Amino acid sequence: MAQATSPPETRPEDEAQAPRYSSDAAGLGKARAGAFAAPALLLIAVFLVFPALWVLYLGLTNYRLTGTAAAEPQFVGLDNLLDAVSNPTFWSSTWLTVQFVLGSAVIGQVGLGFAIAWLLRDRRGPLKRVVEGLVILAWILPSAIVSFLWVALLDRDGGTLNALLGLPGFAWLLDHPMLSIIVFNTWRGTAFSMMLYGAALGNVPPSHLESARLAGASGWQQLRDVVFPHIRGHILTNLLLISLWTFNDFSPFLLTAGGPDGKSEVLAVHVYKVALQSGELGYGAAVSTIILLINLVVAVFYLRLLRSKK
Amino acid sequence: MTRFVLGRIGFYTLIAVLLAFFTVPLLWLVTAPFTSDPTYEVRVPDFTWDNFAALLEHPYALPSLWNSVVLSAGTAVLVVIFAALAAYALSRVRLPGRDALLYALLLLSSIITGTAAMVPLFQLAVELNLIDSQFGLILILTGGLLPAAIFMLKDFMDSTPKSYEESARVFGASPLQIVRDVVVPLVRPGLATIAVWAVANVWGNFLMPYLLLSDVEKQPAAVITYTLYTEGGQANLSMLSTFGLLYSIPVVLMYLFVSKKYGFRFHGGIKR
Repeated sequence: MAQATSPPETRPEDEAQAPRYSSDAAGLGKARAGAFAAPALLLIAVFLVFPALWVLYLGLTNYRLTGTAAAEPQFVGLDNLLDAVSNPTFWSSTWLTVQFVLGSAVIGQVGLGFAIAWLLRDRRGPLKRVVEGLVILAWILPSAIVSFLWVALLDRDGGTLNALLGLPGFAWLLDHPMLSIIVFNTWRGTAFSMMLYGAALGNVPPSHLESARLAGASGWQQLRDVVFPHIRGHILTNLLLISLWTFNDFSPFLLTAGGPDGKSEVLAVHVYKVALQSGELGYGAAVSTIILLINLVVAVFYLRLLRSKK
Repeated sequence: MTRFVLGRIGFYTLIAVLLAFFTVPLLWLVTAPFTSDPTYEVRVPDFTWDNFAALLEHPYALPSLWNSVVLSAGTAVLVVIFAALAAYALSRVRLPGRDALLYALLLLSSIITGTAAMVPLFQLAVELNLIDSQFGLILILTGGLLPAAIFMLKDFMDSTPKSYEESARVFGASPLQIVRDVVVPLVRPGLATIAVWAVANVWGNFLMPYLLLSDVEKQPAAVITYTLYTEGGQANLSMLSTFGLLYSIPVVLMYLFVSKKYGFRFHGGIKR
């Protein structure tokens, strides 16, 4: 039976890594568990882990898109990394990325997503469906189209926002590029947090909320003492995913192209600019390595919080 | 009583603000395609079909939508099957360092699918002869989406009761039969969510197809969108808005279908 259920990609190495314990409900066993996971792990290894390691290597070379260094890249060690940390553009990009993540992910998406889920928690019917549908629409529309919609919305002369606010000629993307991309990304990504919290709030036992209400707890007290402890795991996992996704999000480029004067050049855009527009692939890879390290720190921070005080 | 009324007023005010925030940016997409000579301004359309007629004559616009269908459907199928199998195995069999592995892969995937890995992925595709191959692109996109998909699905799997599987096993079902007949029906909303998530991701993905497909006849709609707005240096707004609408409708229909049939939500949510 094990033969029949094994996909052809299964190799002996995969089975060697399979779990030691075989006492599980479905009687999966270690060989079959390995076989089940093998196709996914194989694709991940080839198209994810390998390129990631390759980025680490490229970061140590002077590889360029054109010129002599394109044909025969030289090993330059940590030079690229040292160049990056002494480059003020890199630091301003890092700071802008922190603002982008805190503003659009932690405050924007998580805050707004939770607020919508909380407002609609006891609702059924068309109002809930319409609100949720619109929020999800903003999330599933293609980014090429969505970014264009926002260019139209924020346009200086004919833009809808200026027409609504009565501010003709106000150039949002030039005068407030960071605010623009933060609000844009909040609009774009709130759906994920909203759905996650919607599901999480459904798990809070109504009897606990009921007893808190009978004891005279205010709305905020109910949130703090009953709801948050229950969905703490959800909040942290959501924060982790959203922070990482936002950190590496390239779509600000579609709105402001990093400008004006690099005022909205978050790290993902910075890498694109140095690697592909300036052709410094080695240096770009070194910056990617630093991004990887920062993400690692962020992830470890959340995981620590998740582990503590379970 | 006053408190109740104020609460109601506050609630509906908030909802109205939310609706406005999420609707206003979309207005242009539903008005401009039906307006002759659209600008960035949202106007009451004069209901012309000329923009659609012009789009039909574009040689690559409509075929690119089909390419997007092929890429997203192919990727979603692979992601759902492989992620379901892997998430099930990881959920049911205790593997030392399993959680650390999952988090490590998740971390990698969020970085590597962005701009950082463009160069190595391009070089890899050249080596494996996957340039200009839609199947190759599907494999690459699948690899990028799998960690997050496994991560989300494992949570669904963890929260399903194991007693059904035990009884199925008593009746002699094989593990693959158990997955197909017991586990899949239980986590169907999760699979639907992952499928929609994968389709929406690939449907909107610009960078990877732009990088790996140079043949304009194989390029998906995301790439073709950008050829519409660089022609002559200026954005062709009538083409762009019309194409944008056609390009958006399939994902909207898919969402409506899935949310009606399976319910589009995280059951129990993602805890860890």
